[in-house]
Amino acid sequence: MEASSADAVVADGVHKRYGEKQALAGFDLTVPYGTVYGLLGPNGAGKTTAVRILSTLIRLDGGRARVGGHDVMKEPVKVRRRIGLAGQYAAVDEVLTGRQNLEMFARLFHLGSRRARERAAELLEQFGLTEAADKGAKEYSGGMRRRLDLASSMILAPDVLFMDEPTTGLDPRSRGEVWEAVRDLVAGGTTVLLTTQYLDEADKLADRIAVIDDGRTIADDTPAALKNTVGGDRIEVVVGSAEEIPDAVRAVARVSGADPAIDLEELRVHGPVADRVAALTEVARTLQDEGVTVDDIALRRPTLDDVFLSLTGHTAAEPETAGTAGGKEGKQGKQGKGGSRTGKGSKEGTQGPEGTEEGKKEEAPVV
Amino acid sequence: MSTTVTETAAGEKRPRPPAGEQAPGGALKWAFADCWTIVRRGLLHYRRQPSNIAWQLGFPVVSVLLFVYVFGSAMEGGADAYKSYAMPGMFAMTMAFGFMNTAMLIAIDKEHGITDRFRSMPMSPSAVVSGRGVSDLIGAALDLAVMAAIALIIGWRSDGSVLETAAAFGLLLWLRFALIWVGVVLGLLTPNQEAAGNLFAVAFPFGMVSSVFASPADMPGWLGSIAMWNPVSSTANAVRELFGNPGRLGDSWIEQHAMLMALVWPVVITAVFLPLAVRKYQRLSL
Repeated sequence: MEASSADAVVADGVHKRYGEKQALAGFDLTVPYGTVYGLLGPNGAGKTTAVRILSTLIRLDGGRARVGGHDVMKEPVKVRRRIGLAGQYAAVDEVLTGRQNLEMFARLFHLGSRRARERAAELLEQFGLTEAADKGAKEYSGGMRRRLDLASSMILAPDVLFMDEPTTGLDPRSRGEVWEAVRDLVAGGTTVLLTTQYLDEADKLADRIAVIDDGRTIADDTPAALKNTVGGDRIEVVVGSAEEIPDAVRAVARVSGADPAIDLEELRVHGPVADRVAALTEVARTLQDEGVTVDDIALRRPTLDDVFLSLTGHTAAEPETAGTAGGKEGKQGKQGKGGSRTGKGSKEGTQGPEGTEEGKKEEAPVV
Repeated sequence: MSTTVTETAAGEKRPRPPAGEQAPGGALKWAFADCWTIVRRGLLHYRRQPSNIAWQLGFPVVSVLLFVYVFGSAMEGGADAYKSYAMPGMFAMTMAFGFMNTAMLIAIDKEHGITDRFRSMPMSPSAVVSGRGVSDLIGAALDLAVMAAIALIIGWRSDGSVLETAAAFGLLLWLRFALIWVGVVLGLLTPNQEAAGNLFAVAFPFGMVSSVFASPADMPGWLGSIAMWNPVSSTANAVRELFGNPGRLGDSWIEQHAMLMALVWPVVITAVFLPLAVRKYQRLSL
């Protein structure tokens, strides 16, 4: 592409403020061409703001951002020729048919009416919508509507495709359809930046993952490397009652050497372990000796959920309740942030601790 | 979505717009072309949902029948005399209520992310708003045509010349044109479609507290003043004059200058709301 840049997306210390709320406070990101990049973070962390800035929908207050080799502030129209945007809703005209939607968008990309018709037909074929082409989009299933949305974002076969929570609200089958469509696009040479709240989605699709919290990039690495930062395998204990949680925490802490994470709702305690089998035996024996009811005890590999929890202090799946539910997850967050930061660690130190309200509310050690 | 498709996608030359896009005068040319694409979209909506036109016309048509036959018979002079007074008023009221359609369509596009899609595309930024305006005017002209047809059926006639009658319809569309920008602003301000539906609470008094159905002179003093100065009244009065049935007018300045004000009010409304609409659109979710 442009000689000036080998990267599809570069964000450098991007700041954005909405009134009192600092939505982005030093957001950094480098997405090389040809990768699928996952952007993770709790609700309100700034994911959507970041995508909207990079797709020229809103202006940044500070820092710089380039997409497809062009500055989003100085050359927004050039950026727009190189990007596709699939936002949080399937942005299609529900009254029109699939074909009419695509032809309209193709004309607005200035393809000319004959070429617009051809391109619409190509995309309908590519996204498996030919049969439904002349039905109103209103009658489409969620997955079909999403595919139509994706097709609309692909009219100029963009260099960079932004996808903001592309599968939120879809059933598993529709999610699979969207995933397949994304893989096809990537095989065709498109760079994808996607935000998601489903960590398994990021794990399946993304080559690299950036985690943002409080408007800042706090980690940036491959899924595998991120999982390693939370310390390899974990032991997990589910007890019979809430009163027994402190016992389980003590037992797990003894073998793991770190503060275990606690899930009060599921009565689950888990922590990283080095020697898998020894830890399992030890915890099982301790709990048995103390007469604790153990509903389940197991070893498992870390998931991105663990990474997320350790980095941000709350889980991805229940971002809304993370604040209100108080100390559900204990005080994992702060420690994790210091210890397991991978990519941009040194840089972050210079930003200063101006973290804001969101996500810092969890309190109350349960032990 | 098979592997063959992937191969075509990979091997295919990327579809690019014609080279002339950045040519001198290109921006203006594309502003018109994009506007036309958006207008076509509006026309396709009418074609795909003809029932919408019926809904849109439901209120004025029911009003015509209700006011002319139910209330009209109780009016001084009876239904026939009232017809020539109320009919032009109802044309004006339909134009006045039209901004709700604009607001609703703008709100739907915003809620469904279509506005964001347009804004993330290299299309002419003015086209979304100008295209909306043109297709709404076409819709308004359709509304007027259907209403006029119903009016003719129930025996209403314009006593003005052809030119005066055409001028009257021109003034009606002129009011509707100005209210497009009000609709755009309100549509962008409302959070969603349902909220846009509630705009009826604003539209109703705006349309009714006017000279549409009754002379402001017969209303309580303060309400009469509001009604007199309502832009809808100026258009209604001017149109009555052009249709050759000026009705009973007071001697206030505003009522004596209905024709002038029917031209001026829309200019004032446009001057206030067009810049607001453009600004609001550009700063959307800033």
